[in-house]
Amino acid sequence: MSLSPFDVGSAALVADEDQSLEALDAGRAIEGRSPLRLAFARLRSDRIAWLAAGMIVLMALLAVVAPVLSALTGHSPYNPDLVNGTDSFGQPYGPGQAGFLLGTDNVGRDILVRVAYGARISLLVGVLATLLATVGGTILGLVSGYYGGWIDALLARMMDAVLSFPYVLAAIVLAAVFGGSLPLTIGVIAFFSWAAIGRIVRGQTLSQKEKEYVEAARSIGAGSFRIMFVDILPNLIAPVIVLGTLLVPVAVVFEATLDYLGVGVGPPTPTWGNMLADDQGSAGFGAWWFWVFPSVALLITTLGFNLLGDSVRDALDPRTERLFANRRKKVVVGGGPDASARADTDRLSGGTEAR
Amino acid sequence: MSEAATPVNPASNEPTLAAAPAGDRPLLQLENVVKHFPIRRGIFFKRQIGRVQAVEGVSLEVRRGETLGLVGETGCGKSTLARCITRLHPLTSGRVIFDGVDITRLSAGQLRPYRRRMQMIFQDPFGSLNPRRRVGSIIGDPLAIHGIADGGERKRQVQELMEVVGLNPEHYNRFPSEFSGGQRQRIGVARALALRPSLIVCDEPVSALDVSVQAQIINLLEDLQGEFGLTYVFIAHDLAVVEHVSDRVAVMYLGKIVEMADTAELFGSPRHPYTAALLSASMVADPEKARSSHRVVLYGDVPSPINPPSGCRFHTRCPKAQPLCSVEEPPLRVQAGDPGGHLTACHFPVAPGEQLVGAEPAISAAVTEFVATSPGAGEEETV
Repeated sequence: MSLSPFDVGSAALVADEDQSLEALDAGRAIEGRSPLRLAFARLRSDRIAWLAAGMIVLMALLAVVAPVLSALTGHSPYNPDLVNGTDSFGQPYGPGQAGFLLGTDNVGRDILVRVAYGARISLLVGVLATLLATVGGTILGLVSGYYGGWIDALLARMMDAVLSFPYVLAAIVLAAVFGGSLPLTIGVIAFFSWAAIGRIVRGQTLSQKEKEYVEAARSIGAGSFRIMFVDILPNLIAPVIVLGTLLVPVAVVFEATLDYLGVGVGPPTPTWGNMLADDQGSAGFGAWWFWVFPSVALLITTLGFNLLGDSVRDALDPRTERLFANRRKKVVVGGGPDASARADTDRLSGGTEAR
Repeated sequence: MSEAATPVNPASNEPTLAAAPAGDRPLLQLENVVKHFPIRRGIFFKRQIGRVQAVEGVSLEVRRGETLGLVGETGCGKSTLARCITRLHPLTSGRVIFDGVDITRLSAGQLRPYRRRMQMIFQDPFGSLNPRRRVGSIIGDPLAIHGIADGGERKRQVQELMEVVGLNPEHYNRFPSEFSGGQRQRIGVARALALRPSLIVCDEPVSALDVSVQAQIINLLEDLQGEFGLTYVFIAHDLAVVEHVSDRVAVMYLGKIVEMADTAELFGSPRHPYTAALLSASMVADPEKARSSHRVVLYGDVPSPINPPSGCRFHTRCPKAQPLCSVEEPPLRVQAGDPGGHLTACHFPVAPGEQLVGAEPAISAAVTEFVATSPGAGEEETV
């Protein structure tokens, strides 16, 4: 084709744009930062997120060092120790007495060690059940939304059914039939949580599948599986991450509830739920340390995950950024002279999509 | 379904097409393509209460190496037709024959080899690129899906494609949001080009772009056509663009082709009143001509495709309509005095040089009379 004036213009335009982008990148390798990485950068500049992460790390540390604590103090989390764990009148020690930092319970077990062991169960159940629920809910939500028709009708009604089911009752029945155990607890929690994720994913899939990029994928010959998991899924990852983070505290509380009711993991394994249950019956009055410490642990964990979830949501949806401008640190991602310019591009490039 | 994949049998009702050697055979043939969208109501039983007649019996041929322009107002079924050609929509009836093979009823698996040869460029450069995927993987997707290239080889081919369409190959790892509208459309072109197709259906590829960028993309498409021997079906509502790129032009109105001819012929002497009105409404970049040109103003809106007018679908807005037009549908045929390739579906075509003065729907009065007397014409929508 003959050279038209447009060609020149096109070349100049392209070159122009390159230069400005290059300047922005300041000599870095030319690589677009993914929306998730941008969100992570925003998350790192959020003070609340750091606080939340600190709370979670604290509980995780407690869980990790539980056996060490037990070994160092010589206090078993399981076995009653009326000789060393109670005073000469058979009364439990209060916090700080006789080398028990958080005191002992009414059979002389170290509450610190038991809270630490309880953290293992809580975090394990919370994270694992959420993971199962998230993966299951995402897959079923995608399938339901993408295929539509009777598959959708079936799955959507299933989600409604699960969400409207009295889960505590169901858990009690299941525990009565099969006996309480860790896998059962995780299974029950996952089963009653997936629908929340599934519903959101289904709704998002319904809107995403009408986008032109899905049509484009079909026109190049992509199959349904590829369209669902390679094309649509990355566009749903933001709400899934937010919801997943917010499901963890729900699962932790759920687990504590089941254990409190005696249909969870069950004794002798110490969990925050059964510690609360154990302590309310016998020597509750006056011995505030029985219930305060497990409750505080529960509070820190759920608060940590909830705050983190909120921060993650803010980070993934940059439009809310202005609202919380004051809680962000002034220095953006790594600092440096180009930091503010890059913060601008962050907003520009992430702003239209994430929600 | 194996018989569907075999070439059209010479003994079938298309002897002229199938008997032709591969070189002369049109690349794409549409035979009476119909696409209706059902309108359903109800929660459990979803009764069909109506249908949108988006495409209503379109037949055309696209020859190898040519650009067929497809014009018409918004909602006339252009994009639906494009999606019927590329089998993104299943047809209600009719046939799509690609390079001598009827692909209308092929399954997704059987269709795959034809997907390689038939690609599409989309209208919206923002919506048609997945915002969460890197440009490299968007352009490389066709190569991955069809197992053409992997790993480093795929990357090399993708970068080559990016260079061909005028993108910086080093931007391989960027996201679509980091590009401008024109650059994004280049990405869409590169993706369509990746499989080295013979046919590219361009669904308003420049409508969403800035005018200066439109020119760049059009020039790019023209360059690529020369370089790769591409055949285009080019959909647009901008007549200037269509005139510039097309070898032949088909004008659509309410799901039907009303006129089809070589570009110069169609723009020089339109025969269908709708074409004439369309042409008169387009802007002329010459003030002298613009002042002297007469503009035909059409009254009313395009009637609803759910309940289209009887007879000629244009009769409710046509300045030349007569009672016959609301009863009998004019066939698409060569009108007296026109060259062979110029087809017009009109009972009373515009004579060369004729001015459509009375642009008001000539039939509106007649229609009301007619409706009263003739059964079957009662579903009219008089706009």
